[in-house]
Amino acid sequence: MAENHAMTPHALAHHFDSLDQQREAGTLGMWVFLITEIMFFGGLFLTYILYRSKFPHEFVAGSHALDIRLGAFNTAVLIGSSLTMALAVYYSQVGSRRLLVTYLTLTMLLGLVFLGVKGIEYTEKFEHHHFPGADFQWEDPAQAPALDGNPGAGKVDGRHVEMFYWIYFAMTGLHALHMIIGAGLIAVLIVLAVRGRFTAEYHMPVEITGLYWHFVDIVWIFLFPLLYLIGRHE
Amino acid sequence: MIPKQPRTHYLNISYGFKSWLFTTDHKRIGLLYLVSITLFFFVGGAFATIIRLELATPQGDLVQAETYNKLFTMHGVMMIFFFLIPAVPAVLGNFLIPLMIGAKDVAFPRLNLLSWYIFNLGALFTIYAVVSGGVDTGWTFYTPYSTTYSNTHVLATGVGIFITGFSSILTGLNFIVTIHMMRAPGMNWFRLPLFVWAHYATSLIQVLGTPVIAITVLLLAFERVVRIGIFDPALGGDPVLFQHLFWFYSHPAVYIMVLPAMGVVSELVAAFTRKSIFGYDLVAFASIAIAVFGFLVWGHHLFVSGQSVYAGMIFSFLSYAVAIPSAVKVFNWTATLYKGSVSYQTPMLYAFGFIGLFTIGGLTGLFLAAMGLDIHLTDTYFVVAHFHYIMVGGTIMAYLGGLHYWWPKISGRMYPEGWAKLGALIVFVGFNLTFFPQFLLGYMGMPRRYHAYPEEFQVLNVMSSAGASILAVGYILPMVYLIWSMRYGPIASSNPWPATGLEWQTSSPPPTENFEEIPVVTWEAYEFAGQE
Ligand code: HEM
Ligand SMILES: [Cu+2]
Repeated sequence: MAENHAMTPHALAHHFDSLDQQREAGTLGMWVFLITEIMFFGGLFLTYILYRSKFPHEFVAGSHALDIRLGAFNTAVLIGSSLTMALAVYYSQVGSRRLLVTYLTLTMLLGLVFLGVKGIEYTEKFEHHHFPGADFQWEDPAQAPALDGNPGAGKVDGRHVEMFYWIYFAMTGLHALHMIIGAGLIAVLIVLAVRGRFTAEYHMPVEITGLYWHFVDIVWIFLFPLLYLIGRHE
Repeated sequence: MIPKQPRTHYLNISYGFKSWLFTTDHKRIGLLYLVSITLFFFVGGAFATIIRLELATPQGDLVQAETYNKLFTMHGVMMIFFFLIPAVPAVLGNFLIPLMIGAKDVAFPRLNLLSWYIFNLGALFTIYAVVSGGVDTGWTFYTPYSTTYSNTHVLATGVGIFITGFSSILTGLNFIVTIHMMRAPGMNWFRLPLFVWAHYATSLIQVLGTPVIAITVLLLAFERVVRIGIFDPALGGDPVLFQHLFWFYSHPAVYIMVLPAMGVVSELVAAFTRKSIFGYDLVAFASIAIAVFGFLVWGHHLFVSGQSVYAGMIFSFLSYAVAIPSAVKVFNWTATLYKGSVSYQTPMLYAFGFIGLFTIGGLTGLFLAAMGLDIHLTDTYFVVAHFHYIMVGGTIMAYLGGLHYWWPKISGRMYPEGWAKLGALIVFVGFNLTFFPQFLLGYMGMPRRYHAYPEEFQVLNVMSSAGASILAVGYILPMVYLIWSMRYGPIASSNPWPATGLEWQTSSPPPTENFEEIPVVTWEAYEFAGQE
């Protein structure tokens, strides 16, 4: 395609010497930003670890009440979206506008599917009074696993299950917020891509949005086992 | 020969509010920060004034206990989050890093401007909290008092700090990328001025630490509003978790405040001894070592919080270890003075002040890091004196020294040397009179954060309050003559000291793009001989 080789001088900001320098700066900036994100989520992971070890039974009970099928489905959706994002980045590098737009759109759709399913899960939690706060109720001992050898272990303290749900909503909520931002960024990329703003020489925005998107996926890869899976066999 | 100013430079290239509020020039953004933090410094200073007035007498006569709690909280919050943390990096760092590495601007100029707006937005929330009744938790916001019992404006203050944190993160991110990507040809890592190394290390802390305080404050806010129970023991939560999270940021944050100041001092010592810094590599690596080890010592703030004794021992040991790189710097500066042709101009006076006072502050930190001694000294005025020696004696001295040293570059004019020397002297005397008695008070057992105290402490407290009023004069004076000099000061040449460093090779004030022509660096840092 001819446009591949068109120089894009307007894409070079005045304070950089070359597009290469500009792209590397953008990429490094995104990596540094992702490190801050790791530290940001890190505080929540620490909280999770602390209270998981303090209230293991309540956390297991809370996990059991989550819908593992929806969680697994969403995990698959996100991994798929990582693949389509990687392809989008690839096609931006080779300068194929049509495939770039296709894969960006697919990525965004998968992201929206994820958010939709999350919405279903959240609604269900509201209906079952599992959303923490004044309305929270935990009175279904059938859901609590039978635990032996530990006096009184069969009983689960509802207040601590509520803490599990606080952590669940904080972590998945923060993650969902990142997904929404990611989907918004991709929407902007799609518009720009359709207008032909990206070429084989200039595609830095696609690349760094890709980094961000993969990061958000990886966070979920940790959240899924921590919140849905661990202790499920008990 | 009378130096001439360039016809156009970054200050006169455009006029009007818009040209400042929408600027992406790192130099102008540095000045925007200068205006903001100076304002907050004087707000914080006003609270300190009332505190010292109250403490002039043993009885609680000027303000109530509740008011007093608010005063020291708002003093701490303003000074730490809105003055000390941004002071050197956001003003001097912003202005100088691109100049020092031979770049046209920072890597992300618009992000840089955004960070200033975020900073002020955060400040707005905090100022709202202040004027609508204040907060009384202490700048440390310990739970469960802050989450459950305090009925002051914790939330607005917390939101302010949360928002401001992002400006700190963005500044750090910008500097890291700038230092990696924007160096002029030939400017390799070991030719960088030590100021730049110090800022690189600082940026690492900002980027790694600040997100943790952000999430912590967020949890605190949720806890306060919807009672999550994460920090509230009544709900199964753990208040010490808050202290861990808080100090995981806030100990490294003390290095956000002091590392850039150390960078300034390295520049001053080199320029006014006309020698290369002794052990350049060591000083550079010491900055990085401080940034890394600084993340491993937060537990020395929890010796009396029910942390396990063994954890305490490890934190105590690591606290001693982190003092080593700081000491390395002090020794290297001192060694640089040896046989240097030292000239005693104002910036150098401030550098001397920094070296002496920082040493005292650091050594008393070691007292506190000894677990046994800390039981006696914790929450006394000894701690207050310790950190003021470092933050006020160290950081603010270096900040003022740097402001004077680079003033000709910033404004294109010289400040009045006589007045400036007088100011430096007043600051030094006032500072020591204010804070040295507090070491004694703390040692004798006077607790911090009370508005009344037993009679026998009065003499030392009166000394401290007297010192504070001298210190206030010392801070107002530079503000007056620096503003005066912008109009009436003698025109500065491009390199008035003279000093090495690329920032001195462009005109004073520099053009918007910093250099007429991007320099090619062929000499080492502080190479005085090669450059004249
Ligand atoms: C280098 C810059 C430093 C700064 C800006 C600084 C600042 C501070 C601040 C603000 C506090 C009081 C926190 C509070 O309770 O409100 C403090 C306490 C403390 N500092 Fe430093 N410090 C520095 C260096 C050091 C060093 C080098 C050590 C020891 C190796 C140290 C050891 C301590 C200890 C143990 C405490 C806790 C005292 C207590 O609460 O009993 N500090 N410091
Ligand atoms: Cu500390």
